[in-house]
Amino acid sequence: MNPLQPIGRVFLKFLATAGRLLTFTGSGLSHTVRAPFYPRIIGRQMIDIGYYSLPVVGLTAVFAGMVLALQSYTGFARFSAEGAIANVVVLSITRELGPVLAGLMVAGRIGASLAAEIGTMRVTEQIDALTTLSTNPMKYLVAPRLIAGVLMFPILVLVADVIGVFGGYLVAVYKLGFNAANYLQNTWDFLTAEDVNSGLVKAAVFGFIVSLMGCYHGYNSKGGAQGVGTATTNAVVSASILILCFDYILTEMFFTKH
Amino acid sequence: MNQTPKIQLRGVAKAFGRKVVLDGVDLDVGVGESVVIIGGSGTGKSVTLKCILGLLSPDKGSVKVDGEEVVGMGSSSRERVNRKFGMLFQGAALFDSLPVWENVSFGLLAEKRCNRSQAKDIAIEKLAMVGMDAAVADLMPAELSGGMQKRVGLARAIAADPEIIFFDEPTTGLDPIMADVINDLIVKVTREVGATALSITHDMASARKIANRIAMLYQGKIIWQGPVADIDKADNPYVDQFIHGRAEGPIKMAVRA
Ligand SMILES: Nc1ncnc2c1ncn2[C@@H]1O[C@H](COP(=O)(O)OP(=O)(O)OP(=O)(O)O)[C@@H](O)[C@H]1O
Ligand SMILES: [Mg+2]
Repeated sequence: MNPLQPIGRVFLKFLATAGRLLTFTGSGLSHTVRAPFYPRIIGRQMIDIGYYSLPVVGLTAVFAGMVLALQSYTGFARFSAEGAIANVVVLSITRELGPVLAGLMVAGRIGASLAAEIGTMRVTEQIDALTTLSTNPMKYLVAPRLIAGVLMFPILVLVADVIGVFGGYLVAVYKLGFNAANYLQNTWDFLTAEDVNSGLVKAAVFGFIVSLMGCYHGYNSKGGAQGVGTATTNAVVSASILILCFDYILTEMFFTKH
Repeated sequence: MNQTPKIQLRGVAKAFGRKVVLDGVDLDVGVGESVVIIGGSGTGKSVTLKCILGLLSPDKGSVKVDGEEVVGMGSSSRERVNRKFGMLFQGAALFDSLPVWENVSFGLLAEKRCNRSQAKDIAIEKLAMVGMDAAVADLMPAELSGGMQKRVGLARAIAADPEIIFFDEPTTGLDPIMADVINDLIVKVTREVGATALSITHDMASARKIANRIAMLYQGKIIWQGPVADIDKADNPYVDQFIHGRAEGPIKMAVRA
């Protein structure tokens, strides 16, 4: 047998999948801008994705901020640590850890639940039923979830930024004994709009990725409970990998131009 | 019949991987006619309905609805054609995130033919037609028994008064009395409202009652079709075995003792 054959097969399969995903994305996007819209569903998804993710995101952020302060203290102790720690915490949280950690946590929560919900609808023929009831499933199921993801992620990340910086403050002031007013002043001085904005743009992209992966894998699931299980896993894994990948791409776009 | 048939299938073929399910199905359903498809489990009856609705695309062949070719149709025309259809799915396929009444009036609301409070009244009315009382309207589908779900699915299929209705095993899972109520309802929507119906059933009593014509699907083809009255003198060993439910005969079940 030709040894290149399996490689070719894998490559073709990859191209087919990429094509399917692109078509799905295009179709989903086009339905977000064409009527009818489903404000009721968008609202419910926003609550699901945004409000109910707050505890997870808040806890992740507070510990991330705390550990950042502690770690950078060990590194910077010899120098004037006070300013450096505030700087490290606020920069890392707003630029990187806020969007990435919140994105990954919410990918687990939301990617999985979207894939399971839509996947179950697929295998129980509810998606077919939508089609017979004058409703386009891409428009009714996918578009509202994409919109909700893109709108809610930046808000979640803004919350994560605030809580993360507060976590760093807690450790710096109550454990390391820095002056509270100085620490806050330093934080404020180092904070730039560009850092926060870049984080929020990342968040919107990650929100899109998480919703898209949940919907895509759910929509294409087949074969009963096991198929839905596979779809759920694939949604979370692919969303997480894509988040890290796009994090790099976006960082390069934002911070290497000058 | 020189009128254009409501639905016309010609040489429809569908395979899943290597498994050939439909292998050249030809079938006409006239305007206002009620046709029942019979056939063994897994012969592709549900697949046939899905090919007509565009939920599955046939590998070969032509499907015409009101004389209009629908295979390979663009999605917006497809949506327009699909407004003519109502479908009761074999597994009911109720939306489990919506209460019963919203399920029933889903199509009406989607087409903006009424507001939400009217929709609920219509839903209660349609539920009454399938023998369910108004208290059910606010329950969630998961709170219903299998037979109740089936009847809600039926109410949903007829709620928007479609021109063409597909019933995939409407009486399966119902007690004999309720099954007869449903048969009467199907007869009523076809004879009185003038809808065209294509149904699938394993229940010969139901088939005899609701059908004008019966077609039997076997090994991917329609092997016999004719008026209900002719089925007992069909003189076709396959049909004969099927309607009398005999294990012995030309149809072999893949069962090992
Ligand atoms: N989406 C699918 N993918 C793969 N195979 C399928 C799919 N849908 C149906 N099949 C296969 O097609 C065949 C016919 O299925 P279909 O559901 O039409 O049977 P049926 O005639 O409705 O049977 P029943 O009376 O038991 O409902 C089955 O063997 C099934 O395995
Ligand atoms: Mg079936």
